[in-house]
Amino acid sequence: MKHLEESNQEHLNFKTKDMSNRRDFIKTLGLSSAGLMLGLSATSRPSVVNMTTHGGPSALALEINPFIVIEPTGKIILINPRPDMGQGSTQAVPSLLAEELEVRLDQVTIWQSDGKNKYGDQTSGGSSSVRALWNPIRKAGAAAREMLVKAAAQRWKVSATECYAKEGKIYHKPTGKTLSYGEVADDASKLEVPKNPVVKDSKDFKIIGKYAPRLDVPARVTGKAVFGIDVEVPGMVYAVMIHNPHIHGKVVSIDDTEALKIKGVQKVLKCERPMPHRTAEAVAIIADNFWAALSAKRAVKVQWENGDIPQTMTTEAYFKKCAEAATKEGLKAEEHGDFGAKFSGASKKIEAVYETPFLAHAPIEPENAIAHIKEDGTAEVWAPIQGPDWALRDLAGYLKIKPEQIKVNVALLGGAFGRKAYHDFLLEACYLSREVKKPVKLVWTREDDITQGPYRPGMLARMQGGIDTQGNIVAYHHHPIGESIQMQVFKTPTDKPDDWICGELSQKEQKYNIPAFKVSFSHVPTDIPIVWWRSVYASNFGFSQEGFLDELIHAAGKDPIKARLEMLTDTRFKTVLETLHEKAKWSEKLPAGQGKGVAIFKSFGSISACCITVSKQANGVKIDKVVSVIDCGHYVNPDNVKAQTEGNIVMGISAAVKKGITFANGQAEQTNFHQYQIMRFNEMPAVEIHIVESGAEPGGVGEPGLPPIAPALTNAIFAATGKRIRRLPFDLNTLA
Amino acid sequence: MAAISLNVNGKNYNLDIEPQMPLLWAIRDIIGLKGTKFGCGIAQCGACTVHMDGKPTRSCVLPVQAVTGKKITTIEGIGTEENLHPVQQAWIDEQVPQCGYCQSGQIMAATALLKEKPNPTNADIDAAMRGHLCRCGTYDRIRKAIKQASKVAPKNEASGGK
Repeated sequence: MKHLEESNQEHLNFKTKDMSNRRDFIKTLGLSSAGLMLGLSATSRPSVVNMTTHGGPSALALEINPFIVIEPTGKIILINPRPDMGQGSTQAVPSLLAEELEVRLDQVTIWQSDGKNKYGDQTSGGSSSVRALWNPIRKAGAAAREMLVKAAAQRWKVSATECYAKEGKIYHKPTGKTLSYGEVADDASKLEVPKNPVVKDSKDFKIIGKYAPRLDVPARVTGKAVFGIDVEVPGMVYAVMIHNPHIHGKVVSIDDTEALKIKGVQKVLKCERPMPHRTAEAVAIIADNFWAALSAKRAVKVQWENGDIPQTMTTEAYFKKCAEAATKEGLKAEEHGDFGAKFSGASKKIEAVYETPFLAHAPIEPENAIAHIKEDGTAEVWAPIQGPDWALRDLAGYLKIKPEQIKVNVALLGGAFGRKAYHDFLLEACYLSREVKKPVKLVWTREDDITQGPYRPGMLARMQGGIDTQGNIVAYHHHPIGESIQMQVFKTPTDKPDDWICGELSQKEQKYNIPAFKVSFSHVPTDIPIVWWRSVYASNFGFSQEGFLDELIHAAGKDPIKARLEMLTDTRFKTVLETLHEKAKWSEKLPAGQGKGVAIFKSFGSISACCITVSKQANGVKIDKVVSVIDCGHYVNPDNVKAQTEGNIVMGISAAVKKGITFANGQAEQTNFHQYQIMRFNEMPAVEIHIVESGAEPGGVGEPGLPPIAPALTNAIFAATGKRIRRLPFDLNTLA
Repeated sequence: MAAISLNVNGKNYNLDIEPQMPLLWAIRDIIGLKGTKFGCGIAQCGACTVHMDGKPTRSCVLPVQAVTGKKITTIEGIGTEENLHPVQQAWIDEQVPQCGYCQSGQIMAATALLKEKPNPTNADIDAAMRGHLCRCGTYDRIRKAIKQASKVAPKNEASGGK
């Protein structure tokens, strides 16, 4: 049996620990003065962000409180509040600590937090880990270092100013005497926590901003990293779901005669799929092993009652309603200048509708979870989830028990991209465990993942723009149309513009100084379940903003970079574009049949721009090269910034040129990777990534590289072929 | 149910399992080697790739009864942290993995490629790797790592083969 606590994750310096013992541990070791434990005060809470940058509304009020434990042995433990889904939080977060605590990265042992309130916001989402923890963790490290130095100085009866800390030891400069952190941890724990610990000036950083190999990589290349799907617990049974292909609806009858003949199959039962906003009926198979359960899935016959879903839940009907909304005015979110006057007075007027499809997240590790609802009413879960804190709240609400009665163990995530912060699969496992009174390991199939959602919403954007006689863009209207995550998932009022969308597209955010600048919104509901997907709405509306501006710029007869530089008011935006201009060799003339396109978009506190070069083929085009530039302010590891941006390039191209999710007759038309294709190895263009060293407050890294990809590509295709693409996805081979 | 004999990483197993059970689930759930991953179940993503007599094979669609008498190698049989295969070392040097979930399959494909073609061309690499999906988008680094490994792997493989 492979259990997380005895797993090889020791290799990663990454361990999910028994957190109930952990509480006792802190109490005994920390408060009884056998070591130093440092919680953070409320002064160091992260800035509040919305969910274009972060998760649901309820996540915002909590303060950060990660614990740093220094044991008398000298072992330094960081309770990391951000699960690692591949974005590198298990390097980034300890780097912030190690820098200020004056230890090497390999001296920090990481335990994943368990969702309890005292650890504050614990969700990996909205590219928020470093942004949220930049000040709190560094201050915690600095405070601990100051206390350790002070304790050593007191032991030596010298002034603390004569002492310094390095690699886990305190040195007394005049005498060369040393004490290890472990030796003074006990004394230090009795000292008052400094209210204003002094953090380093960035010019003194030794770890932050420097390349360092990720310590978790060896485990990830030897098959030793334990992902959620690899976890086993004693006494568990396997479960496979039979979800309704129409997603919503009721179970009318179940014929399990043939299924129960399969050896290893224990039970077929009616159950439910609890989505945040509605619950669907479902069927599950419980078996000795996954294969038996999967074989039974094929043998069970279920009759469903689907109401009018087969007629109404189609992408065709949804986009038709969106198109109707595009003929009308939406709800105004903002207007600078008089758009109506400027637009009607413009010498050239352009109107267009941009479309982006529904998309599945499709992490290669499918959704899975182990749940154990115990006889005594308590519960324990093991799962690859992005936010143990949200999971804990969702579990407590669903099981109607107190958070104290629930233990959440976060396993490594084999990709997530937003999907694993939606806990339907976790709650399904809970339902089943409660029914069968055993630990249940539920594993979704790829078909469950692709056909059930939730998806990145498909959206329209109605665009209007006007150019004056001098070739200036004087009027701009961005009008997003479609279903809203907030309105569907969190049931927020539908009579106001979606502020995640409109806030991000505002002039304040995107910095285009166009005299008349307007943003509107129209809500078009759908039963197709939706949720955030890497870069959230920026993945939809970065395309419409930058594709349409390119149309206006070409109509004005201007250069795409020069014209953007003329309109942008912000020096950071300008620097990013100027850097791209240089690195992408923008001014070099391309041979006939090649074209370059550019796009820039701000999301998650970072500014990212991209230049794509394409060349015409007999049919369609080929992507030759992608050059991305990002200003994410201070960052931890330049190599990880590049890795995340490479990932965004790949996912951004997939989103533009591979088939999306379509619904016909109330069900997804794609079921697995043969139909829902993502970019493959041989399709990878040359990539080049440059980081602008702005030294600004940290911005996000995991998502901002994605939004400019699709528009840079379609803008390049326009430059090479004259064909303007306003609808995603399209086929690179036909441009249709 | 039947007694199925499997040879995995040089070790023999006699398993009382359904002959139609795909090798993937025998390896993961019965033998307990979790490094080989489930991604799609229809041989489209490559996460489940193992070597069968040295050739990369999708274990998610291969019934165990078809494997009797063959030598199966999984990621656990390629190298360990203490004794890394040159391909794994190259993966570390190039910092390939993000989440790492698909990387067992990627590495199984790359090791098989380099054994057959110690100095692969870009086209060879494309052909060997195009069946392996990575949702994190590590393709560029995988290519670099394969090229790096090709500089050291032949020597190592040759000595291993003697």
